[in-house]
Amino acid sequence: MSYISTLFPAYAEIFLLCMICVIMIVDSLLPSQTRTVTYLLTQVTLLGCSLITVATHTTGVAHLFTGMFVDDLMSDVLKLLTYLSVSMMLVYSRSYLIVRGLFTGELLSLTLTSTLGMLVMISASNFVTLYIGLEVLALSMYALVALQRDSAVATESAMKYFILGAMASGFLLYGMSMIYGGTGSLDIQTISNVIKAGQGNDMLLVFGLAFLVAGLAFKLGAVPFHMWVPDVYHGAPTAMTMFIGTAPKLAAFAFVMRILVEALQPMMIHWAGMLAVLAVLSMGVGNITAIAQTNIKRMFAYSTIAHMGFLLLGVLSGTLDGYSSAMFYAVIYVLMTLGGFGMIMLLSREGFEADNLNDFKGLNQRSPWLAFMMLLLMFSMAGVPPTVGFYAKFSVLNAALQAGHLTLVIAAVIFSLIGAFYYLRIVKLMYFDAPESHEKLYMQPDSTLLVSINGLAVLMLGIMPNTLMAICAASVQQSLLLP
Amino acid sequence: MIFGYPLLSVVIWLPIVFGVLVLATGNDRNASLARIIALVGAVLGLLVTIPLYTGFDRMTSAMQFVEMKNWITQFNIHYHLGVDGISMLLILLNAFFTVIVVIAGWKVIEKRVAQYMACFLIMSGLINGVFAALDAVLFYVFWEAMLIPMFLIIGVWGGPNRVYAAIKFFLYTLLGSLLMLVALLYLYFQSGSFEILDYHQLPLGMTAQILIFIAFFMAFAVKVPMFPLHTWLPDAHVEAPTGGSVVLAAIMLKVGAYGFIRFSMPIAPDASHELAWLMVTLSLIAVVYIGLVALAQSDMKKLVAYSSISHMGFVTLGLFIFNAYGMEGALLQMISHGFVSGALFLCIGVMYDRVHSRQIVDYGGVANTMPVFAAFFMLFAMANSGLPGTSGFVGEFMVILGAVKVNFWYGFAAATTLVFGAAYTLWMYKRVVFGAVANDHVRHLHDIGAREILLMAVLAITVLVMGLYPLPLSEIMHASVNDLLVHMARSKI
Repeated sequence: MSYISTLFPAYAEIFLLCMICVIMIVDSLLPSQTRTVTYLLTQVTLLGCSLITVATHTTGVAHLFTGMFVDDLMSDVLKLLTYLSVSMMLVYSRSYLIVRGLFTGELLSLTLTSTLGMLVMISASNFVTLYIGLEVLALSMYALVALQRDSAVATESAMKYFILGAMASGFLLYGMSMIYGGTGSLDIQTISNVIKAGQGNDMLLVFGLAFLVAGLAFKLGAVPFHMWVPDVYHGAPTAMTMFIGTAPKLAAFAFVMRILVEALQPMMIHWAGMLAVLAVLSMGVGNITAIAQTNIKRMFAYSTIAHMGFLLLGVLSGTLDGYSSAMFYAVIYVLMTLGGFGMIMLLSREGFEADNLNDFKGLNQRSPWLAFMMLLLMFSMAGVPPTVGFYAKFSVLNAALQAGHLTLVIAAVIFSLIGAFYYLRIVKLMYFDAPESHEKLYMQPDSTLLVSINGLAVLMLGIMPNTLMAICAASVQQSLLLP
Repeated sequence: MIFGYPLLSVVIWLPIVFGVLVLATGNDRNASLARIIALVGAVLGLLVTIPLYTGFDRMTSAMQFVEMKNWITQFNIHYHLGVDGISMLLILLNAFFTVIVVIAGWKVIEKRVAQYMACFLIMSGLINGVFAALDAVLFYVFWEAMLIPMFLIIGVWGGPNRVYAAIKFFLYTLLGSLLMLVALLYLYFQSGSFEILDYHQLPLGMTAQILIFIAFFMAFAVKVPMFPLHTWLPDAHVEAPTGGSVVLAAIMLKVGAYGFIRFSMPIAPDASHELAWLMVTLSLIAVVYIGLVALAQSDMKKLVAYSSISHMGFVTLGLFIFNAYGMEGALLQMISHGFVSGALFLCIGVMYDRVHSRQIVDYGGVANTMPVFAAFFMLFAMANSGLPGTSGFVGEFMVILGAVKVNFWYGFAAATTLVFGAAYTLWMYKRVVFGAVANDHVRHLHDIGAREILLMAVLAITVLVMGLYPLPLSEIMHASVNDLLVHMARSKI
C-alpha cells in the first residue's frame, strides 16, 4: 500500500489506463448503436483525470520511477488543458461522427490511449519515457485517421501520416542515441549536467541535436518538414483533423521544452539557429501558401504551419519570457483551432462536408451568431486585438525582441500581415457575399453552445489575458528554475 | 474621478454596451427597436462627454480625469486613461458624430439595421478609447480593434467595389500598425514600461529616434493619410456607405494626426526636427498636388476624399513647423475638417439616396428642386474652400501664418490651396446645383425632410460658430500645445 501511495503524481495516468480497459470491456458488452454510455463514460474519465490531476498537485517538482517521470506545475497545467481539449473535441465531433458511422467504441478508446500518450510525453523526464509517450500517441493517431476504412482519401492520408511519422520517430530515436553516446545517459537532468560540465562529446552532441530538431520539426509540422500536414489535414475526417491539430500540439510543446530546454539548454547556441530557420520558413511558407487554398482544412493546415513558426520563435528566444510566451501561444492556438474546426463540423451534415471556403459564403445571413463567433476566431488567428490571438503574438514578439532578434521580429510581422489576408477572406465570405444555399442550418445544441463558449472565450481572454499569462509564466518558471 | 465615477471609462464603454444591446435585438423584424436603442446610446454617449468639457481645467497641460488600474501585470501594462486639451476635444467630436451618423442612417439603411448601428456604436467607444488611452498597449488594442467595425461597415453596406476597398483599407492600416507595435516593444525594452508619458521623458539616441519615428510614421501617415500612402482613402470613401464616409473623414483621419501629436513628436523630438523637411514636403505635395487631383474628379465622393487628403496636409504641415500658430492651427483644422468634410459627405449622401449616383454629370440644377438643401450645401462648400467666417478659414489661416514665419515659400505653397480648394469645390457645386434641370432624376427630386434639416442645421451652426468665435476651442488646447512645444524644443539625446 505504501508503494502505491508514493505513485500519487502518476495517479491520473494510472486511472486513465484502467478506465481505457473498462471502457473497452463495457463497450463490447453494450449493443447500443450510438455508444451513448461509452461516450459518457469517456467524458467522465476525462473529468476524473482532471480532478485527480488537481488533487495530486503539489507545489514543487516530484520525480517518480527512478527519475523517468516528472510532475511539475507545467505538466499539470498542460495535462488539464489536454483533458479539456480532448473533451471539447469529442463534443464537437460526436454528431459529425455518428452521421458518418464512425462513432464506435474503438474511436473512443483510441482517443483515450492517445491522450495517455500525451500525458506520458508531458510528464517525461527521460528520453525513453518521452519516446514511449510519443509512440503511444502516434500509433493511436494513425489508427484514428484510418478509421474511415471505405474512404480512399482517408486511407491515403493515414498511410502518409504513418510513413512520415515513422520516419520522424526514426530521426528522433537516432538523435537520442547520439545524445546517449555523447553523454552516457538518457536522463534529462543528467544530460544537462554532463553538457554543462563540458564532459560531453561535442561532435556527437551536435550531430544528435540536428536529428532531434529535424524529428521535432516533423512532429510539429515546421517547414521544410511540413509536407504531410496539408494532405493529412485534408484527407482525414474533420473530427480527426481537429484532434491532430489540437491536443497533441500541447504535448509537442512539452516535448520541445523537455528536450531542447531542459536537457539541451547548454547547446542553445546551436539549436537557436536551427529553430530560427525553421521558424522563418514556417511563417513564410505557411502564410503565403495558405492564400492559395480553396479548401478550408488545407488552409488551416498551412495556418497551423505558420502558427508553429511563431511558437518556435518564442522558444528560440531562450529566455523564461520566451518559453512562457511559447506556452501561451500553444494554449491559445489550441483554443482557436478547436473553434475553427468545430465550426466546419457544425456546418457539415449528412453527406456534405463544409470544408470548401465557399461553404462559408453568406453565413451572416444564415446565422449571424455563428458568423460572429467565426469572425472572432478568424481575427484571433490573424492576431488582431481585442481577441486573445493578439496577446499570443504580442508576447512572442516581445520575447524575441528582448532576446535581440530584431530581424526575425520584422519578418514575423510581415508574414502575419500576409496571413491576415486569408483570415480576412473568410470574414469577407461570411459577411460580404451572398449565401450559395439557403438550406436551413441544422445546429446541434451541444456543439452550438460549445462553439459559442469557445468564441466568447477568445474575446474574453483577449480583454482579460492576465491570469492565463501568469499561469504560463509560473509553470515555465517552476519547471526550469527548481529542478 | 471627479464626479465619483470613472468618467472616461463610461465614455468608452457606454457606447459599446449599447452596441451589444442593439445587436441583441436580432434580425430586421425589430429594426425600429434597434434604431431607437442606437439613438438612445449615441445621445447618452454624447451627454456623458459633457462633464469632460465642463469639468476640464484649462490652466494645466497635465492629464485629467485619470484612471489607472493594473491590467497585465506580467508586462507592466495598465488600464490607464486620461485626457488633455487635445484629446478631450477629439472625444467630443467623436461623440457628436456618432449621433449624426445614427440619425443619418435612420431610413437609408434597411438591411441588417441592428448590425449597422451596433458597428457604429462599438466603433465610437473604441475611438474614444484611442484618444483616452495613456498606456501604449491599451492604445494599440483600441487602435486595431476599431478597424474591425469599419472593415465590416465598408464591406457589408458599401458600394459595388466594396470588398476590394474593405480589404485594402484593412491591410494598409494593419501594415502600419504592426510596425508601430515593433516600435512600442522596443520602447518597452528600453524603459521597462508601456506608459506613453514615460516614453516622453525617455532619452533616446538619434538612430533609435529616427527608426522609431519611421515606424510610427508608417502607422500614422497611413491613417492621416499622407502622400504617398493615401491611395486607400479614395477607394474606402467611395465604397463606404454615407455614415462610414462621415466617420472616416471626420474621426478616423484625426486618429492619425493625433498619433503624431501623442507619439511621434514627443517621443522622438530630435528625429522630428531632423525629418521635418520630409514631413513638410509630403504635406505640401498633399496640399498642392492632391488639390489638383481633386480638380480632375468626376465622382463627388472621390472629389471630397481627395479634398480631405489635401486638407489633412495642412494639419501635418502645421504640426511640423513647430510653432504655436502652426500647432493650434493644425488642431483647429482637424476639428473644422471633421465638421466640414462630415457635412459634405452627408450632403452627397442625401443626393445619393435619391438618385443612386455619385457622378457629377448625373446632376445639374438641383437648386431648382431642392432649394433648402442647396443652401446648406452652399455653406459647407464655402467652408471647404476656406471662406472667412466659416470654420475652414481659421485653421488654414493660422497654419499659413505659422508657415510664413518659418519660410515664406512654405506659406506660399500652402496658400495656393485657397485657390485650388475654391476651384474644385465650387466648380463641383456649380455643376451639381446650378443651371437648368439636367434630367428626369433631378426633376423628380424632393427636398430634404425634417430629419435631414436637423442634421444639416446642427452642422451649419457649428461651422459658423467655430468660424466666428474659435476662442473656446483654442482656450482648451492652449496649455497642452504650449507644453508640447516646450517639450519639443528640448533635445533627448
